[in-house]
Amino acid sequence: MSGVGAVYRKELSDNFSSFRFVMLFALIAMVSFIISYMAGVSLKENLEGVAKPKFVFLMLFNTKGALFSLVDFVAVFGPLIGLVLGFDAINGERAHGTLVKLVSQPIYRDAVINGKFLAGATTITILVVSIVLVISGFGLTLIGVVPGVEEILRLAIYVGISIFYISFWLGLSILFSIVFRSVATSFLASVALWIFLSFFVSLGASVLANSIAPVEKKEGAEPETIVTNSEIKEEASLLSPMFIYSSATATIVDPMRKTTRSLVLMGPMEQLSSSRFQNPLSLGQSLVVVYPQLVALIAISLICFAVSYWIFMMQEIRT
Amino acid sequence: METQPIIQTTGLTKLYDRQTAVDHLDFQVVEGEIFGFLGPNGAGKTTTLLMLLGLSRPTEGGALVCGLDPERRAMEVKRIVGYLPENVGFYGDMDAIQSLRYIADLNAIPRSEEDDRIHEAVKLVGLSEDDHKKVSAFSRGMKQRLGIAEVLLKNPKVMFLDEPTLGLDPDGAVRLIELIQSLNREKRMTVLLSSHHLQQVQKISHRVGIMIKGKMVAQGSIDDLAREKFGVGEEKFTLEEIYMKYFQEV
Repeated sequence: MSGVGAVYRKELSDNFSSFRFVMLFALIAMVSFIISYMAGVSLKENLEGVAKPKFVFLMLFNTKGALFSLVDFVAVFGPLIGLVLGFDAINGERAHGTLVKLVSQPIYRDAVINGKFLAGATTITILVVSIVLVISGFGLTLIGVVPGVEEILRLAIYVGISIFYISFWLGLSILFSIVFRSVATSFLASVALWIFLSFFVSLGASVLANSIAPVEKKEGAEPETIVTNSEIKEEASLLSPMFIYSSATATIVDPMRKTTRSLVLMGPMEQLSSSRFQNPLSLGQSLVVVYPQLVALIAISLICFAVSYWIFMMQEIRT
Repeated sequence: METQPIIQTTGLTKLYDRQTAVDHLDFQVVEGEIFGFLGPNGAGKTTTLLMLLGLSRPTEGGALVCGLDPERRAMEVKRIVGYLPENVGFYGDMDAIQSLRYIADLNAIPRSEEDDRIHEAVKLVGLSEDDHKKVSAFSRGMKQRLGIAEVLLKNPKVMFLDEPTLGLDPDGAVRLIELIQSLNREKRMTVLLSSHHLQQVQKISHRVGIMIKGKMVAQGSIDDLAREKFGVGEEKFTLEEIYMKYFQEV
């Protein structure tokens, strides 16, 4: 793979010295500080008097403070990191007249996108790992609970999934930077797609579900209809990478989470009895639960990269 | 001078959406010469150069560069051919040395030789004093010189220079042309030069080719072309007059 190394080194140093990256990093670091602080404070209050809380350390990452948890935050705003790192990858070079010079060097053409993608993925890895470490360190002093082995493992898996998720958005924005000639267009297109996939798909999913299998609000709703409604909603939501990511990470980071949400309306006694037996899922079982989401996430990243690869190889480069 | 063709095309053709950009092109460039590649804008010169580099796939016909088919062995061709694109761009936040270092890295030039070769290239193009200035602060002439330094860095057998004098002031253009001539003389480098500065091209070219609407309408020494069109030798007619004559006929 001649040339990948050279492109990789240059892009990596570009990533770290570019102003937009420094700004983004500062913003994200600040928000993670605030989130972990809020989570830490509400954790302290909530856990007061609880006899044997489990996975306290993980709660730093999944407890909704005043706004949202870190996991939610990365799900919604993580894509922006990927987009910012990639939206001008190819058309920026084209606009500066450096692309044709680059491909006329003795390197394979794919070295350009491979190098850029790998440099972006490395940057994302460094970002995610350092944010999680900052929160861990901050949380350690705040709640005074040391993470167990399983918690560290779960966090590592969470970091891995997050890197894949953000890298998917990086790949998507690189794809747009190949397809669109103008930097502004590719940025707008990727932001538009981000908004659509992250916010409108879930909205559309419930609209779709309600129109196919309407559930009456009051009583008299058939249990089958409720199940169908929820299934349609779930399946339609799978279009959104954010939904896939959220459901994948939620189970990993929050082992107490029930996979069957309160689908069937439960009476107060049933709820009480089920909460008495609330036990965390084991790590292996959590992985089994999120396995389809993991595969889906990896698959869409690969598809996205394959498409950019194909288009870029076919493209005529003149400027 | 040897007369072995270093570039040879046979029926080289490129179609874009049924529009012919390059139309059955046959021409040769001999080793060690400066070949002036002339023609109006949009005649297909850049397309031809891209096909010679293997960056663009010919619809029909083929070419040989140093005996290699650029369509199949693009990597080897790109290793021995230095290409300076028209309106070449640079990364504005790098200085000259950093730009060259990136090119050296892309060409897998060993670390031990890197510094020497970079300094040699910078010296040859006369940028030694500005080598730590940011490229964004460079004038157009300096940028073109840096572009040539990048080409020289890989020690090419052949240089493709696409409109290197475009947008330069008269003095800058003359100095660039002189630089190209001295490189050709001292390093025995074959140069394929496309330019609209016909006067300068006439001064340094051993042979020229005139390409109009995708076709090579004439090739040979300027003397030959003058004789062919006017029946008298070069001393009576400038390249500009010859060129205009061909242009009006098409």
